[in-house]
Amino acid sequence: MTPRLPAPSAWPVVRQLRGDDPSARGDAAKSRRSATLQPRTADADRVVKSVCPYCAVGCALNVYVKDGKAVQIEGDPDAPHSRGRLCPKGSATLQLTTGSAREHHVLYRRPHATDWERLDLDTAMDMVADRIVAERRRGWQWEVGEGQDAKRVRRAMSLAALGGAALDNEENYLIKKLLTALGVIQIENQARVCHSSTVVGLGTSFGRGASSTMPGDLQHSDLIVLEGSNMAEAHPVAFQWVMEAKARGATVVHIDPHYSRTSALADVFVPLRAGTDIAFLGAIINHVVSNDLDFREYVLSYTNAPTIIRQEFEDAGADGLFSGFDPELRGYDPTSWQYEGAYVAAAAGQRDQEGNVRLQHGQGEHGPESRGTPTLDPTLQHPRCVWQILKRHYASYTPEMVERVCGVPQDLFRQICDLFVNNSGRERTTAFVHGVGWTQHTIGSQYIRAASILQLLLGNMGRPGGGVMAMRGHASIQGSSDIPTLFDTLPGYIPMPHAHAHDDFASFVTADAPAKGFWGDMPSYFVSLLKAWWGAAATKDDDWAFDYLPRLTGTHSTYDTVMEQVKGTVKGYMLFGQNPAVGSANARMQRLGMANLDWLVVRDFSLIESATWWKDGPEIESGEWATEDLATEVFFFPAAAHIEKEGTFTNTQRMLQWHHKAQDPVDDQRSDLWFMYHLGKRIRERLAGSEDEMDRPVLDLTWDYPTTGDHEEPSADAVLAEISGFNADGELISAYTELKDDGSTACGCWIYCGAYAGGVNQTARRTPAREQSWTGSEWAWAWPANRRILYNRASADPEGRPWSERKKLVWWDADQGKWVGEDVPDFEADKAPGYRPPPDARGPDALAGDDPFIMQADGRGWLYAPAGTASGPMPTHYEPQDSPVRNRLHRQQRNPARQIYEHPANRYHPDPGEAGADLFPYVLTTYRLTEHFTAGGMSRWTPYLAELQPELFVEVSPELAAIRELAHAGWATLVSARGAIEARVMVTDRMTPLRIDGRVVHQLGMPYHWGANGYATGDAVNELSSMALDPSSHIQEVKALTVDIRPGRRPRGPARRALVEDYCARAGITATTGVAP
Amino acid sequence: MSDGTPRMGFFTDTSVCIGCKACEVACKEWNDVPEDGLDWTGMSHDNSGGLGADTWRHVAFVEQRKPLGEHAPNFQREDDFRWLMASDVCKHCTHAACLDVCPTGAIFRTEFGTVVVQEDICNGCGYCVPACPYGVLDKREDDGRIFKCTLCYDRLEVGQEPACAKACPTDSIQFGELDELRHRAAGRVESLHEAGVVDARLYGEDPGDGVGGDGAFFLLLDEPEVYGLPPDPIVTTRDLSRMWKHVGLAAGALVTGVAAAFAGARR
Amino acid sequence: MSDTGSYYGKPIINPPVWAERDIAGYLFTGGLAGASSLLAAGADVTGRPALARPARVTATGAIVVSLGALIHDLGRPGRFLNMLRVFKPTSPMSMGVWVLAAYAPLTVTALASDALDRAPRTGRAAGVAAALLGAGVSTYTAALIADTAVPAWHDGHRELPYVFAGSAASAAAGAGLLAAPVTQSGPAARLAVLGAVAELAAEHAMERRLGMVAGALRGGTAGRRLKAAKALTATGALGAATIARRGRAGAALSGAALLAGSALTRFGLFEGGMASARDPRYTVEPQRARRADAAARARRDPG
Repeated sequence: MTPRLPAPSAWPVVRQLRGDDPSARGDAAKSRRSATLQPRTADADRVVKSVCPYCAVGCALNVYVKDGKAVQIEGDPDAPHSRGRLCPKGSATLQLTTGSAREHHVLYRRPHATDWERLDLDTAMDMVADRIVAERRRGWQWEVGEGQDAKRVRRAMSLAALGGAALDNEENYLIKKLLTALGVIQIENQARVCHSSTVVGLGTSFGRGASSTMPGDLQHSDLIVLEGSNMAEAHPVAFQWVMEAKARGATVVHIDPHYSRTSALADVFVPLRAGTDIAFLGAIINHVVSNDLDFREYVLSYTNAPTIIRQEFEDAGADGLFSGFDPELRGYDPTSWQYEGAYVAAAAGQRDQEGNVRLQHGQGEHGPESRGTPTLDPTLQHPRCVWQILKRHYASYTPEMVERVCGVPQDLFRQICDLFVNNSGRERTTAFVHGVGWTQHTIGSQYIRAASILQLLLGNMGRPGGGVMAMRGHASIQGSSDIPTLFDTLPGYIPMPHAHAHDDFASFVTADAPAKGFWGDMPSYFVSLLKAWWGAAATKDDDWAFDYLPRLTGTHSTYDTVMEQVKGTVKGYMLFGQNPAVGSANARMQRLGMANLDWLVVRDFSLIESATWWKDGPEIESGEWATEDLATEVFFFPAAAHIEKEGTFTNTQRMLQWHHKAQDPVDDQRSDLWFMYHLGKRIRERLAGSEDEMDRPVLDLTWDYPTTGDHEEPSADAVLAEISGFNADGELISAYTELKDDGSTACGCWIYCGAYAGGVNQTARRTPAREQSWTGSEWAWAWPANRRILYNRASADPEGRPWSERKKLVWWDADQGKWVGEDVPDFEADKAPGYRPPPDARGPDALAGDDPFIMQADGRGWLYAPAGTASGPMPTHYEPQDSPVRNRLHRQQRNPARQIYEHPANRYHPDPGEAGADLFPYVLTTYRLTEHFTAGGMSRWTPYLAELQPELFVEVSPELAAIRELAHAGWATLVSARGAIEARVMVTDRMTPLRIDGRVVHQLGMPYHWGANGYATGDAVNELSSMALDPSSHIQEVKALTVDIRPGRRPRGPARRALVEDYCARAGITATTGVAP
Repeated sequence: MSDGTPRMGFFTDTSVCIGCKACEVACKEWNDVPEDGLDWTGMSHDNSGGLGADTWRHVAFVEQRKPLGEHAPNFQREDDFRWLMASDVCKHCTHAACLDVCPTGAIFRTEFGTVVVQEDICNGCGYCVPACPYGVLDKREDDGRIFKCTLCYDRLEVGQEPACAKACPTDSIQFGELDELRHRAAGRVESLHEAGVVDARLYGEDPGDGVGGDGAFFLLLDEPEVYGLPPDPIVTTRDLSRMWKHVGLAAGALVTGVAAAFAGARR
Repeated sequence: MSDTGSYYGKPIINPPVWAERDIAGYLFTGGLAGASSLLAAGADVTGRPALARPARVTATGAIVVSLGALIHDLGRPGRFLNMLRVFKPTSPMSMGVWVLAAYAPLTVTALASDALDRAPRTGRAAGVAAALLGAGVSTYTAALIADTAVPAWHDGHRELPYVFAGSAASAAAGAGLLAAPVTQSGPAARLAVLGAVAELAAEHAMERRLGMVAGALRGGTAGRRLKAAKALTATGALGAATIARRGRAGAALSGAALLAGSALTRFGLFEGGMASARDPRYTVEPQRARRADAAARARRDPG
């Protein structure tokens, strides 16, 4: 700026004397700049519709573009679910995408090299293709087992992939399609470690493993119970609907070990001991059933309460073991849990594997016959009917027990029970909201089951303001489960086949498709999928190319993959926007696995810890490893951001939103769609002309997508169309009911069928909220069939009348002869309430007019799960793997079927009471902060977010701070049998010591977003956690650990491991510690 | 205002603030305010510290051993703890000291009744900094000029709401015509009182207060000072005429004194 | 945990970003300059050239230094002239700059005409005009700092101008005593006494009015400076009344003490203000009390 005086006419003093602003505090003082000020949103060339890449609320974005570059990103006010609002992460997406933290070029680390070198993109792609082709051949498996037991598996066991959950559905689809064709089965993603328990829990209970409702419907709740969810922090924009409900007079209860920003806004906060929610929920169930406080009419008609269970079934009584447990195999044979007179398959969870048990027994090669009709007792008096079994199972879950086990005072607990009962029934509804606070336990899937049972008993499912709202954490984590880059499912939750002696398509569907309900049409869904993948090669004579699918043998979750890496079986590993070296349980095991690889591919924005562990990981810092000794070859590919590609995210309410491209990725930055497509092309070129049977699935694969631009970006639009489905004439299909099992239809994911109905990309619809009903049905598209609230048939009574005027949603209109209402009916539109199926009816036809749970084998909600879970038909309280107290409810201390892993770096803590247990006396629970995102790969590199939460801290109560001499804002070291980390001390009343069974239990809270790289750095909390999994969902237990805490910073160098080993030695920890079933 | 534009402002209802800091970030993104350092303060979840040249929206976090007040109908609360969160911002006072004392005219009152520092004029004299009774304005050291919330003057020009208000997930930050906001706020306090939140009170909404009322006012759940706000701010220039009077008298006295020193001087 | 009296003990207002050397220095040199112009004019009209000249030199020198300090303290010194964009009666700094814009040239003119022995009439006229403006220059700075939210400054706005007037007088007198021969420094000596008395009295009154806020002026660095300032001023005044008449040495000593005293007063008050801004108690407690009174009044006579 020049100090030159302005021209007299422009001299404010002159204006001041002339004008009407003598004091020069207004117009007279206005500068030239102010006079010509324009917001950059006003002169943008165009506004591109996009979706936030962070959590699964899926906030709609407007990206303002000038000269081909994004200049501003804001919420889209038209969106019914986010209403234009954004959290700090969403508000920082401009810095995330246009900031300086992103890598632009391919980086390559030679074996034993001490640093990166640049590599040109084409060369890098060729090198990766070569390695995949070679490794696949080297590690190929045709069969497992010998002679009689030999089973065909046709798979590539030495390759594995782990994806993030912010990938587009189209990208996941290509990953799953190509890798499966290559024979890779170890394909996993964030959904495994995040919400897999929800899929099992909700899927087995209601028929679909996804949230039954949407945040926007919470505004209609009379009671909102947030348990295992820190919604205000992890999903701030969805939380607006909780505040909406609160403003309308609803009561909000937060039940959690940790007082968070969510608790601060709740009417009632109930602190409980981490890992005891089943004891708490079980006691509410007990309160409801033993006092007949249920919604009886709903329970009788819509749940399996009247269903009679087989004689052989034995409940988990005092000992805590259900019938069918095999201690050798640490698993259940679930046959004895079945219905009397029928054998039903579950709609989710353990399906084709029939539990490891039956597989190992080598029996039931075709699986159980899904036939027969369950026997019912409408009086609920039969001693073996579900109602009575449930009543007995939870009889010991009393308020006294809640106080002893959870640390929740009895009168407080009773008030919570009353809230539930008083806010359920015809006139009122209660909603459950849960997050990973429930899923990430060794019995996590049963946490969700427990809530499901309660919601069924109280008649809250399928009704406005009711349901179980699973708050999922990543932009497309629901999509990553629907189009699963997961080992155990195929698109649309079709089970991934396990290896059985001489199996074929027919026996597979016989085993897994129930006789009744929409899963009865599995053959149509499955054949259409195989047609979509192998087109002409998938014919009836060729058994629909069913044999092209590699086979599973047991579990191949990401944690099993880590063990395979450590063992040396897995040699090639690909990471798509995932940071296991920070984000997965027992981060050290993750690094041990990666250090044992021949090659590693990392695709991300920046150099995350999983890409650089070989030069600056904790093992390097401690001197345990020398970079020169590490042979792993590492490829880093810079990824394109959400605004640099188009495609769909599926958010937490099952809604697929299309995001358009705002700007081009630069230099070597590419989408994962580009990467997979071109990788596939290169691999197919290399295999071209091969006569080898193992290459046929790759060569027969349909892999011809149109491309555009200099980068030859494949068309996400074309991929979505394939996912949505075509008929024989190549016309787009509009509904999964049109799919056929005769090969005349092709559909990449049957539940997404219709996303492209009528040749229109339904997911790109953006009708403003103000122009439609509160359900927002014309905004994007939700699976299934654009239904926003699942099981909404249950919002009407058996005769099809709304339970009450206040809670009407969908009802039967006799005059029109169809179901009508606010939402798309989750029911055959013209099936009358009085419809009764003929005895020989199968599939959907076998559903009666009052069977609201249309995916279930009996059309009912499952209070009792005769199949699908690996840890019992009813939720049972077991203590976490590492716990400071004994299980007071059952003799069985831990979930007997939990998955554990034997490795020196994955030791468990001694049982409570055992010598050495008191070395890890405190309960640690982990959680997320609003300002950061999971393993921090995006947020820690974003200055605007990093400055808001710059360091890792541990929250301790003033009482514990006094005991352990921890100074507020000082440092503390935390130690477990797995590792030692340091954190700043946050002494706060938000942490409350609990009185458990006559003694005080102190809990610690830690956010887990930090790692060594990025702008804001810190230790990774997952150095403390262990690999101990829920057997149904294969999810790790990171919400309830035990640790020791001591003042001061952690030791540096070798002393860090020495400290951990000293603890293990003093605690007498060995390979057998804590592993008993 | 000059052309009859209604006065625009903020009503920040701290009773629904979830402390997400979207306002802080949305503000920085829009106004290109620099990131200002990674210092973990230990002040609950507040690592921004307070309003300043590089923090135009600041979320305060107050942990208290006090019952919330608001609770489920006839629910006996066990815990006696509450966590207050509040997003602070420039008050855009009716009588703005910063505006009064600015010697260059860099600070001016816009047609929306907001108070804005014009960065093409400010010469960093710093007078406005101690003049502000709320501690809003501050100097950006490496730049030399003074910065504060502009209530997104540029966005208002084209009828867009300020970035912070637009982002706020729970509508804790409400933007609109000041009169309408004051009306809305009164209603909100009433309903909170009915719900048992006896602590709820408005701050800065009263045109009769020491600054003639704030263009950005608040609903608080405790005393202002608990949030770092002055209990009873007064625009310093209210006393300016008295100051000038005494300056004049003092000057006169000085002249007289000097005269006296010479008068009756023997040598 | 934050106590209920404040937010983690953080200041409520933002303390001034002014550099002490620049702005406290400006307060001192401004006062010295203004009062010196008065002294010069008086000496001029009463035929005391040996007092007039050094006073003119002091005035000119001091005002140049003070202007320099003012500009140096700007975040964007290149934009100093923006100060003349507007004429704002609501801004003491604006008023001050406009006054300085007139005062500085007059001072220089007065000195120049004397030094070059040219245009004596113009010179004297300029000198008299500068003297009148000088009275303002040396006192307006009280309004400058009082017109802020800084408790120790604002709450003392009634007395501060007299403190500054007195301080300016004793400073100018001190300079006079230092530079002028005893034969002509009589008025300076008398002015020293008057100024010192006025300054000390006004400061005493101010501290009484400030109440608890005065604590900021009594403790720490500010307290030490102000104590020393009072001692030096008193001593200087005493010296002026006694030994200054007897010989050059005594006059010089007294003069130096007065100058130092005046400077320390300004630096002390400056630091005291900073201290009162940094500690939230000085902002919160008086306002709480004020609000309580208002409430009480309201209860007494509703409506």
